Amino acid sequence: MFENLSYLALQQYWWMIVSLLGAILVFMFFVQGGQTMIKSLGKTDNEIKMLVNSLGRKWDLTFTTLVTFGGAAFASFPLFYSTSFGGAYWVWMLILFAFIIQAVSYEYRTKADNFLGAKTYETFLFINGLLGTILVGTAVATFFTGSEFLVTNMNYSIWQSPFRGLELAFNFARYETFINLSLGLAVFFLARVLGILYFFNNIEDETILARARKQLLFNALPFLVFFLFFLINVLFMDGFGYDANGVVSMVPYKYFNNLIEMPLNTVILVLGVVAVLWGIYRGAFHYEKCGTKAIWFTGGGTILTVFALLILVGFNNTCFYPSTSDLQSSLTIQNASSSKYTLVAMSYVSLLVPFVVAYIWYAWSSLNKKPITAKEMEDDHHAY
Amino acid sequence: MEHFDMALVDWSRAQFALTAMYHWIFVPLTLGLSFIVAIMMTIYVRTGNELWKKITKFWMTLFGVNFAIGVATGIILEFEFGTNWSNYSWFVGDIFGAPLAIEGIMAFFLESTFIAILFFGWGRVSKKFHMISAWMVALGSNLSALWILVANAWMQNPVGMRFNPDTARNEMVNFWEVLFSPTAINKFLHTISSGYVLSAIFVVGVSAWFLLKHRNVEFAKKSMIIAAVFGLLSSFYLVLTGDESARDIYHTQPMKFAAFEGLDDGNVSAPLVVIGFLKEVPDPRQPDVDRFAFKIEIPNLLSYMVALNSNVFVPGINDLINGNEKHGIMSYYEKIDKGKLAIKALGDYKDALERKDQVAAAENLKVFEANYAYFGYGYYDDPNDLVPNVPVAFYSFHIMVILGVHFMILFIVILVLLYKKKIEKTRWVLYVALWTIPLAYIASQAGWILAEMGRQPWVVQDLMPTLSAVSNIDKSSVVVTFWIFAVTFTVLLIAEIKIMVSQIVSGSKNEGGH
Repeated sequence: MFENLSYLALQQYWWMIVSLLGAILVFMFFVQGGQTMIKSLGKTDNEIKMLVNSLGRKWDLTFTTLVTFGGAAFASFPLFYSTSFGGAYWVWMLILFAFIIQAVSYEYRTKADNFLGAKTYETFLFINGLLGTILVGTAVATFFTGSEFLVTNMNYSIWQSPFRGLELAFNFARYETFINLSLGLAVFFLARVLGILYFFNNIEDETILARARKQLLFNALPFLVFFLFFLINVLFMDGFGYDANGVVSMVPYKYFNNLIEMPLNTVILVLGVVAVLWGIYRGAFHYEKCGTKAIWFTGGGTILTVFALLILVGFNNTCFYPSTSDLQSSLTIQNASSSKYTLVAMSYVSLLVPFVVAYIWYAWSSLNKKPITAKEMEDDHHAY
Repeated sequence: MEHFDMALVDWSRAQFALTAMYHWIFVPLTLGLSFIVAIMMTIYVRTGNELWKKITKFWMTLFGVNFAIGVATGIILEFEFGTNWSNYSWFVGDIFGAPLAIEGIMAFFLESTFIAILFFGWGRVSKKFHMISAWMVALGSNLSALWILVANAWMQNPVGMRFNPDTARNEMVNFWEVLFSPTAINKFLHTISSGYVLSAIFVVGVSAWFLLKHRNVEFAKKSMIIAAVFGLLSSFYLVLTGDESARDIYHTQPMKFAAFEGLDDGNVSAPLVVIGFLKEVPDPRQPDVDRFAFKIEIPNLLSYMVALNSNVFVPGINDLINGNEKHGIMSYYEKIDKGKLAIKALGDYKDALERKDQVAAAENLKVFEANYAYFGYGYYDDPNDLVPNVPVAFYSFHIMVILGVHFMILFIVILVLLYKKKIEKTRWVLYVALWTIPLAYIASQAGWILAEMGRQPWVVQDLMPTLSAVSNIDKSSVVVTFWIFAVTFTVLLIAEIKIMVSQIVSGSKNEGGH
């Protein structure tokens, strides 16, 4: 079945899978967003415990999504993997470090003799929420604004900046740095919004929820500002396109043109943005009626929006990882992908994804039948 | 070799070794303890006996503490292939990436989804679903081991691929050959059974401590029975797969085989060194130099083990370097020459393509394809650089094997004493069981040191030397991240051990439950 698809169709299929994983990852960042608000929403030990336990039952799924995203990127677009990870060394190392300290924090926080004390593990969770979201968002923005690297004729990559990726976030002499950071901050505030909406859905405690409701618009507003700044800049700047021979050039309004030339993707993007805003609106102004369901609108909208943005930068002869040092070194889904055989083999494995989603959904629903309460925290022997 | 930054290579190797070794402290316990917990929970669900519920919860708590740090140390490994070994990532990404992606889709989600049910499902889901979740966690953990080990096996014995000179990488042509290569099967079975044995020793050892302290005696004995049976069965499997692995290495990595046997000069009817101590020798390559200060060997056994025929020739290090015409072994000198031809032909092929000289391109391609099997050798001038560290390989192999035998005997003794109801009175056995816990970790680490150090100087056997696989980064960045990870992982390890000990002590005082 997959053997009959063209090489390009397979490359597009795998870009869609990687994009979907990236989109789900951003939705799952509600865990990271929630982690940055543990101390502002929880004032007593038991309130903090409820918040930590609410997030603690989902953190591993976010982690797994990140790992699978990395694995899928490695398998389907290995030249991107080798170029970006080996090049922007410090950005990726900081992201990884933020996730290493998260992994133990839930399990160790309240255990006796945990060596570092509960507060240290709570700080680890905060750092993970802050750095993880901002850096991933900033890194993804470079898909539009470009990075400094060369690729040799043996396909070995050489990063051109001695700052190893940090220049993408801190070189303020370059306007694109603000675009990169704006997406990083948009992801950060979106994660906090998602975290709040998740708490609406998962915790049954009036005090915590009242504080969370107050926080919603304070986070939604900066998210909107940073997201619009990013989107408007991207749509009206020159983009990195390539022709039938693979020759890369700067194309005026490339991403705006992609919106027009890929109307279905544009519909997905608009639907996504509307759903994100609708969820926030319902959560903020109609909390009593549908506050618990708001996460599904904003979460679903997040998935659609991020997916559409990644399609925007990967399809229609667009370089998804452009080089500002040498345009011809830019990576496209065609020159960075695995062989056709490997893409076909992995495509069969991808048929398992609906089953994976089904059992995650079933397991999640089983656990979420009852929201987290203060009493449960007192009774549960394994509470974090 | 002079154009490679060897300090960068060494630091990159050190960082990868650090993260891999830390990760491997925690993974084997996850692999086996997940099954032991699933077995215990099944007994609880079937019998309804509350003691089994307490037993399950106790070991599950330890499993959770260990699992978390295993995840923390694991994420860095996947991404280090890109951050520190980017040339390698491209050279083998078409093959190596697929198992990693499949691992994520098939195994990690299974593990992470059901682990939440396992820990938080009490009272929230039915007992049966809870029990199934325990088995799903065990299945997910072991499936994740399958895919990463398939990838590692491919590095030891690259099969099912073809080098594409246009993209300058290896491309998969047969997925099933990669998945079912004898190296992959042996590596997977041997590695997971080593994890089962380590976990069984952990449970037996902790239970032995309970018995030594006269705490929760029934609890401890029940745990011990499950673990010792599980461990003994796994030990048999470990020996069988270890034997198969050694035979596979003899065929696919003869230099590694010679190194871990300490065999400088090959022999028909080669003896097996059971125990040996190496001494400093100025040049082990010289004829008649014996690198052993002391050894106990069994005549003919090595030849017999590799081919079930004591008259088979087993090549030594010197045979592989200098070649052995009589036994059809090509020398490393010749392989180096062929490798250099392959490297030059690939460069000339690329140049010819850029000049659009199709005739020259075709000629160079022919030369390249004829010599590609020796491609990696072309990076070297001195064949002695192609010999792994013999003492490291020799000692890690022998420590692993000797301890493996000790584990098997221990399980048998424990089961006999449990059967005869004398386990509590035989205190020296309980002490041995307790002190065998660190030995299990030593054996487990030794196995991986052998696998990875024994493969050197290759990252992909014969095709890609480790020195050409590193990312093009400055050494200082790697030095900084090395120390960041060293400090972080050490702190987390201390936290993990303290929590584990505290949980074990409180568990022993609370009649097993938490």
